[in-house]
Amino acid sequence: MQIYLPIAEVSVNAFLLLGLGGMVGILSGMFGVGGGFLMTPLLFFIGIPPAVAVATEANQIVASSFSGVLAHFRRKTVDLKMGTVLLIGGLTGAALGVVIFNYLKGLGQVDLLVTLCYVVFLGVVGSLMFIESLNALRKSKKGGSAPPKRRQRGWVHAMPFKMRFRTSGLYISVIPPALVGLFVGILSAIMGVGGGFIMVPAMIYLLGMPTKVVVGTSLFQIIFVTGFTTMLHATTNYTVDVVLAVLLLVGGVIGAQIGTVIGARMPAEQLRVLLAALVLVVCGKLALDLLLEPAELYSLGTGGGH
Amino acid sequence: MLKRLLAVLAFCASPALATDEAVVLGLSQDRVAITANFDGSEILIFGAVKREAPIPDGPPLEVIVALAGPSSPVTVRRKERKLGIWVNTDSVLVDLAPSFYAVATSGPLDDILLDTEDLRYRISIERAIRSVGAAMNVRGAQDFADAVVRIREDEGLYSIREDTVAVDEQTLFRTSIEMPADLTEGEYTARIFLTRGGSVISQFETTIDVRKVGLERFLYNMSRQQPVWYGLMSLVIAIAAGWGASTAFRLLREN
Repeated sequence: MQIYLPIAEVSVNAFLLLGLGGMVGILSGMFGVGGGFLMTPLLFFIGIPPAVAVATEANQIVASSFSGVLAHFRRKTVDLKMGTVLLIGGLTGAALGVVIFNYLKGLGQVDLLVTLCYVVFLGVVGSLMFIESLNALRKSKKGGSAPPKRRQRGWVHAMPFKMRFRTSGLYISVIPPALVGLFVGILSAIMGVGGGFIMVPAMIYLLGMPTKVVVGTSLFQIIFVTGFTTMLHATTNYTVDVVLAVLLLVGGVIGAQIGTVIGARMPAEQLRVLLAALVLVVCGKLALDLLLEPAELYSLGTGGGH
Repeated sequence: MLKRLLAVLAFCASPALATDEAVVLGLSQDRVAITANFDGSEILIFGAVKREAPIPDGPPLEVIVALAGPSSPVTVRRKERKLGIWVNTDSVLVDLAPSFYAVATSGPLDDILLDTEDLRYRISIERAIRSVGAAMNVRGAQDFADAVVRIREDEGLYSIREDTVAVDEQTLFRTSIEMPADLTEGEYTARIFLTRGGSVISQFETTIDVRKVGLERFLYNMSRQQPVWYGLMSLVIAIAAGWGASTAFRLLREN
């Protein structure tokens, strides 16, 4: 069934969009990532104009994260205090990111920089997680006698403005989480994603939060950052396509529910190996696009003052 | 519509084109409504040749129909390998390129239209794209214009359909032009040319209005005129759907 999208101005198959939404939704619920880093390239691939894909994806992530975070609230796996600190950094970062994005757009190299961002961050995050979680998996198979090595109490614990995060069982400075939020906010505005794929590992490895609360807390702050991004896109670029968003999220919210159930039943180590592998696959695909000679050397953009 | 038709007819009858053969045109529709389930459209263009004198001797009458979407400037970028990766380097601004362009003819275009006439009326796809201001400092500026045609032909937006106009008795003609689902809004111009021996002897022009209607129209207007409310509405719809599905799923599992 073809459906014409009013803002994107293209006609696509509605079931294709529902399917894409559902697939990415399952991943979103399993791993606590918004799924934007998968969905945004997929939308480019089916012919949605990049500007519309990025803006609409932000809107769709709000929805899929919302249903995900409700499930986590019921299981009490959201650290609201930590989420709020991350969020303050995140909103500042998103606003900064939009400024940077528009500056790069003026230089005419925004596509390249977005792709490079994807390759670098997906590559680094994916590799680190893959190695880490493989090690953890090997240890747990050896009988679990060796206790998981705690992160050493280094610079993160030496900073001022300490605060107690009860749900996470942490007593750390607010500066690292605020900086993590800021950094992810900038990246999410530039790359058109929720930023969970960076936020989740940063929370585990940098802040030392327990894996259990990481997913819920990440979803919590993603909702607000992507909501803010949606409003910025809707008011400046007019590129939020609500019809596209609704179709994606109808599949997405159902998928996210299924994913949350799967995620709760799977061991955390295996979950992380899977997420790492997924991140590396997307990274490899984007890197190949940069390295191999494209079939069409020319590309069309809207002319004029952009 | 009638007024416009009469105006154009009057123009055709004026001695601008010294001819005794003129086009009387019909369209299956003079507007295309883009609805939610819009899946492309087919426009039937038919007409007759009105003449006061008997059919002249010599080469037969040929008909060319050109349907063009609204034009806009297009930036064409070319990739080159730099430091091992493929990046956009040169770019050329093509002044005006139609968003959609289809040419239907009653015979091979090269045979029924002289190059000088093509230059004058801008009928073939290559001529319909204007890149006068193409930067002279970029090597191979023509390659960029060619790229526009190639990419849009691949997307089905540009096409030349030779031998698809049926002409009966040098008087009646008809053709149908398919328009893809990915249409840009605006006024589409249908131009009909009558040629003999490659020279254009008569020209007729009319417009087809392509507009979003209903919900599509409403959402599009709202996103442009009340962007803040549109953005908030999008968020509320998204969150409501997210919450609704979440609740429904939970109730389903508990029972």
